Parts: sequence; C-alpha cells; structure tokens
Amino acid sequence: MGGYILKRLGLAVAVALAVSMIAFLLLRLSGDPAIAIAGEGARQADIELIRKTYGFDRPLPIQYVDWLGKTLRGDLGESIYFKTPAAPLIFAKLGTTMLLGLLSLAFALAVSIPLGVLAAVYRNSWIDRLCLALAVLGQALPNFFFALLLIMLFSISLRWLPVSGSDTWQHFVMPTIALGYYAAPAFMRLIRAGMIEVLEADYIRTARAKGLPASQVIFKHALRNAVVPVVALAAVQLGFLLGGSVVIETIFALDGLGYLAYQSITYKDFPVMQNIVLLLSVIYVVLTLASDVANAWLDPRIRVA
Amino acid sequence: MNSCKRGHTGLKLVAGALLAGLLVASGPVLAGKRDDTIRFAYDQAPESVDPFFNNVRIGVIIGANVWDTLVYRDPTTNEYKGNLARSWKQIDDKTIEFDLREGVKFHNGEEFDADSVVYTLNFVADPANKVTTQANVNWIDKATKLGKYKVRLTTKEVFPAAIEYLAGPVVIHPAKYYAEVGPKGQNTKPVGSGPYRVSNYVPGKSITLERNPNYFKDSPKGASKINKVEIRFIPDRQTQMAEMLSGNGDLIMFVPKDQADQAAKVPHLQVVSGETMRIAFMQLNTLENTPTPALKDPRVRKAIAHAIDRESIVKNIVGAGSRVLHTQCFPSQFGCTDQGAARYNYDPALAKKLLAEAGFANGFDTEIFAYRERNQTEAIINNLQQVGIKAKLNFSQYAAMRDAIRGGKASLTHQTWGSFSVNDVSASVPVWFGGEADDVTRDKEVQDLLKKGNNSVDPNVRKQAYQQALKRVADNAWSVPLWSLPVYYVASKELNFTAYPDEMVRLWEMTWK
Repeated sequence: MGGYILKRLGLAVAVALAVSMIAFLLLRLSGDPAIAIAGEGARQADIELIRKTYGFDRPLPIQYVDWLGKTLRGDLGESIYFKTPAAPLIFAKLGTTMLLGLLSLAFALAVSIPLGVLAAVYRNSWIDRLCLALAVLGQALPNFFFALLLIMLFSISLRWLPVSGSDTWQHFVMPTIALGYYAAPAFMRLIRAGMIEVLEADYIRTARAKGLPASQVIFKHALRNAVVPVVALAAVQLGFLLGGSVVIETIFALDGLGYLAYQSITYKDFPVMQNIVLLLSVIYVVLTLASDVANAWLDPRIRVA
Repeated sequence: MNSCKRGHTGLKLVAGALLAGLLVASGPVLAGKRDDTIRFAYDQAPESVDPFFNNVRIGVIIGANVWDTLVYRDPTTNEYKGNLARSWKQIDDKTIEFDLREGVKFHNGEEFDADSVVYTLNFVADPANKVTTQANVNWIDKATKLGKYKVRLTTKEVFPAAIEYLAGPVVIHPAKYYAEVGPKGQNTKPVGSGPYRVSNYVPGKSITLERNPNYFKDSPKGASKINKVEIRFIPDRQTQMAEMLSGNGDLIMFVPKDQADQAAKVPHLQVVSGETMRIAFMQLNTLENTPTPALKDPRVRKAIAHAIDRESIVKNIVGAGSRVLHTQCFPSQFGCTDQGAARYNYDPALAKKLLAEAGFANGFDTEIFAYRERNQTEAIINNLQQVGIKAKLNFSQYAAMRDAIRGGKASLTHQTWGSFSVNDVSASVPVWFGGEADDVTRDKEVQDLLKKGNNSVDPNVRKQAYQQALKRVADNAWSVPLWSLPVYYVASKELNFTAYPDEMVRLWEMTWK
C-alpha cells in the first residue's frame, strides 16, 4: 500500500508541475502582458517600462522558474490589477468556492442517489427512462444556460431568490442547483449500475427470501455496497465542481475564487490568474490522489494493477 | 472548438431572447426608492478607488462623486466654473494661479487648503509615484503654495488644455491623510471632499457611497439628494439585466442596443440613450510597409470613404444618440471642426469609378482589424464588398490589435477613441496623427500643425491650427471618420437621470420621481 501511495504521489506532483507549466505558457502566449496592462492609449515608453518592471523582457523559461520558485516559497506575488498581495486576495475567496463546491456536491448526491436507486429498482420502466432523460439533460445543458433559466424562474417570475451576490444563504441556492445538477448524472449512472449489480447478488436474494421489507433490502443491504464507488467519484467531482465554479460564480456575481479567476483573466492579472490555476489544479490533483488511495483501500486488486 | 464556441454563443442568444421574453411579463417594482438607495450594477471593478490609480470608467465615476477638482466643467454649457478653486488666472504661457475656496472639509474632517493642492499635484506629477494614466498628469511641472488659499501651478510645456484636465481626472486629496496613507490607504479607506463619501468598500465586489451631509454649499456640482448608492460589480450582462427586471437594480450602463430596445418595453424601467465623446473611425495604413499598398493611392482611400453608408449604419445599427462625423474628433471638443474639410457622401458608383481609375476595377483583398462593436464592422465590410473590396475581418482584443497596428501589420482598422472624456482636440487627433506609435500616416505638415495647436495658449491660433490639420487629413482621406458612439442606460422609472456625452454618471444630481 505504501509503495502504491508513493507512486501515486509522485505522479500527482508531476501532473501538478505539468499543469503549472502549461498554464504559465498558455497565459503568456495569449498576448503581450505589458501591452495588456498598459491599457488603451498607453505610449510605447510606458509599455517598455512595464515590460522591464515586471520582468516580461526575460526569456520564458527563466520567468517560469522564477515564478515557480517564489510560489513554492509561499510568495504568490502581487496582483497587477488590485495592487495588493495575491495570497490574501486568493485565500479570502477560497472559502466561498469551497462552500459552493461542497453544497453542490451535496445537492448532486441528494438528487442522484434516490434517482439512481429508483432507476435500478424500476429498471427499463418509464421511471428508469425519466431518470435517464434527466441525466442526459443535466449533461447536455451547459450550466451557464441552466443558471439563466433558474434566474428567470426564481428571481424574475417568482421573485423568491436574489439574482446575484454572496451575502446570505439565499444567494447560494441557485448557484448550488446550477453547479450540482451538472455533476449529478455521473453519480446517478454509477449508482444505477452499482445497484443493478448488487440487487442481483446472492446475499440480496437471501435477504429477500428471509422476508425483509423491500426498503430495508434496498437501503440497508444493497445501497451501502453500491455507494462505495461513489465515494471515490465524489472526490474527483468536487475538484471538477471547484473548477466549474468560474462560470457559475461569474453569472451569480458570487464573490469566490471562480469570480476572481474571471476578473483576473479580464484584467490580465497574470500573478493572480497563474496562482488560481495552480491552486485549483493542486486541489484537483490532491482529490484525485485521495480518490485513488480510497479506491485502493476499498479494493485491494487495484494496488497490484 | 469553434463550433462549440458558436454553440455557446447561440445558447447565450437564446437565453437573452428568453430573458427578453420575460421583460414584458415581469411584475411589480421593488427598486431602491423605498430605502433611498440607488443600486447601480457595473461590469468592471476598478483596480484602485484612488482616481489616479485606475483607468476604467467606473473609477472615473467614483472619482467625480467622492472627490472634487479645482475646476468644474458644466456638462450642459461646457463652461468652466470654480469648484475647489474660487477663481484662477493665466499668468503666462506656463503659469496659472488659483485662489482657493475656504471652509471646505474632507470626509475625515481635514481642512482643505493650499497644502492639499500642492501635495496632491506634486505627488501625482512625480513619475516615480506611477500614476496609471500618465497623460493626465505628466504636463504638470510643479505646484507652489503662495498663501493658505493661493496656489501657483506651472506646466512643463505650454499646455492649453490644463484647465480641462483640472476639471476632469485631476482630483484633490487631503494632504495630511494622503501623506500618511498614500495611494494604498486611499484605496482601502478612501477620503475625498465630494458630494458622496465611501462608507464601505470590498475590492472587486462592491462599494457603498453615502451622502456627504457637510458638502460645501457653493459647489457648482450641488449636494447629493439621494442618501445612499450601492455599486456592485457584476460581470455578466444578462445578470445585470436580470437584477433590473427583478426590481433589485436601479441603474446599469453600456447596455447593448438590442437589450435596451427590449428593456424599453418593461413598465418599471426606462431606457436613456446619450451620445458619448467616443468616436469611431477607420484608420488607413499608408506607411511604406503597409500590407495593402493600394491604400497609398488617395483615390483608393476616397473610394473607401464613399463606399461606407454611414447614415444608414448609424440609423439602423449604431442607434439613437449617434451622429455621422466628417472629421476625426468629437464636435464638442475645443478645436474640433469640419468646416472646409472634404466630405465623402455615400456613393458606391463613384467609389467604383475611383477604384477603376486607380487600377483596381475588380477591387482588391485586404484585412480589417476591429476590437468592439463587431456588428458595425461587419456592416462596413458588407459596404466595401459591394464596391469590390474584399476585407477579411480580424477581430481581436484591443492589446493584440494595437500590437498589429504598431507592428505595421494592420491595413484597415475600425478604431474607437474616447479621449479620456477630455473636451479638447489635443486629447484626440495628436494620438493618431502626431507622429506617435499609432500614427499610420506620418505626415510632417499635419504633425507641425498639431504641435502648433498643442503649444499655444491663444485660442484663435489653436483653433486655426487644428482646423488646418483636420482639413488636410480629410482632404487626403487619411482616415474615414465614422460616427459618435452612443451609450444606453437602463434605469428604474422612479429615478430622474440625465445622460451626458462625457459618460459621467452624476449620482449627486439624481432624485426620485
């Protein structure tokens, strides 16, 4: 187990490094940061000054190594746009994004577990097909579009919820639904498949033969086994939800990391942008690693594979 | 990837259409009249609230509402009135003396006097302090205190637009506070002397302004009437519109024309459109290394000017609040005139004839760069196509476009310019024809005329020099002046709101109906 964890850890570090390198390169290739920072109407001399001040005139590999070195020492640099240290700016927003991610995950599970169970129990019936249709819709509907539909219904027509902001719990309702709904189908399909497999197992047949009520068979005996792979998937999905919050937070003006990422892209705030990409990718890598370890712990066959 | 992007754009359009569908059906008014608070949503957050350290429109708006300037320009008459200065006198070409107002206090109780003016102007004039838009301050040589309420300002060169700048971006900070906390402190806890004071500021999220109850009564701005203003930074335009529809917003600006047209049908909303100082024009690269050498022929340039149906584009696409321009400046700017300058009316037959005379009877291929108002560029491309000029659209970010212009890679550019809301031609024409990096004509005679206009304080000398420069540019068709750009505001019907060409949202003037 120890060797397996070490191997996965090494791979995780390599992935995080590769992501940081690609993010750095892509951001630099998207245009000359000095011109972007200088803004409309800047003179050539101003642009040259900015290039020199921020070190954009040095070769790219040197800029990358310099940035990575500082980041590893905990120095995230200063926001070019907000002119404040990047670290407090980023970490102040992390809480909102984590909360949104966890709420969305909870929402996705709350929707997908009952639907997945229903679809498995009533396999190939209209209920199964309805669940499938909901899953397909969830996957097919872009979350920004779904978010706008929610706004139209709950804020404009019914006037139940505020359109945007992040001050009260009401502000989190629509973002949670919009983000969570997109993650639900993967869970639903996994639970359905797991349940179908488990429901055909011998011990379930035995439980039924003992005369246990159907609800006890399904929820106590079947679901507990079928839900195991979901735990591993949940870790990965949480990482995905954190990344996906860029669009949702921007639409709902939710003051989190995703919103900050959008702002830093708009304002060409390279230090903030790079660090958010790095932070989110590290979180994602850590969650994937946790999921791998959890899987290996639950299923010893994986450790030797 | 492209098709995916197209799909998303399509979906956004559908969402916009659905939103529009709900516009008429939306219900009762809930706007801020009942708690005397204007809720103003804006897409971009300022990098700093200190007006010297941002270059975004909302920063300028907050600056004018929270701070004061020495001089105030009446937006209706364009007349300069004393604000923090009671009066001023031009001593010589480079010196102005100001008599300051007594009894004015900053929001923290600090008294306004010559020290505030001297400290602020000398601080911002020092390049080491890195004011964001250097053009706003780099003309200042120094400010000297002559008495508790008297200040002398000297400019580095002859700078006739000094009063215009002192009525715009050059606000006055409290000397003691600014010396103590600097631009960073002014951003964290902003202190001005204006009609509104900042009561809460969360960078990137929102800023709350409250009425300054001690605002000096002689200010030409006048005291604010509405108690509170909440400015929230909401990047998504659909969300901004949803806030207006749900009754939780009182004001948004820069609304696209199609959405504004729909919003006009909503009972609790009003749409106000106004002309702005931002002008659109077509840059024609006639330099030696131009990618389209045909542009060096004046007949080709004139053909392009005759090919574009500006009247029709203004009427059908640009919309209310816009007008066709014949010279490359905004008409209210000092020195801007189209008197005597050549005019190029829409005449595709003449355009074709001119092209044939220049040896391009079958037209030619070229590229057009653009960075905003894509539908307008597409209309221009369509017009050019009709006379045989096949222009491929290169739509990019402003920074990338400017890179192409300065690198000599752009032939035609659909350019716009807002002059930083400075009501003087010196903030506009010299940028494009003064020999700097964005000048793709490099005509020595025009450059000399502009220099003459920029370096004189005699209004008649200036007017004449600018007129000759603008006439020479127009007669040679070195650029195609297009139109002024309007801005659409959507506001609660309960709000009395006036739009001005300088795109300044004068919150202090607003009242509830």
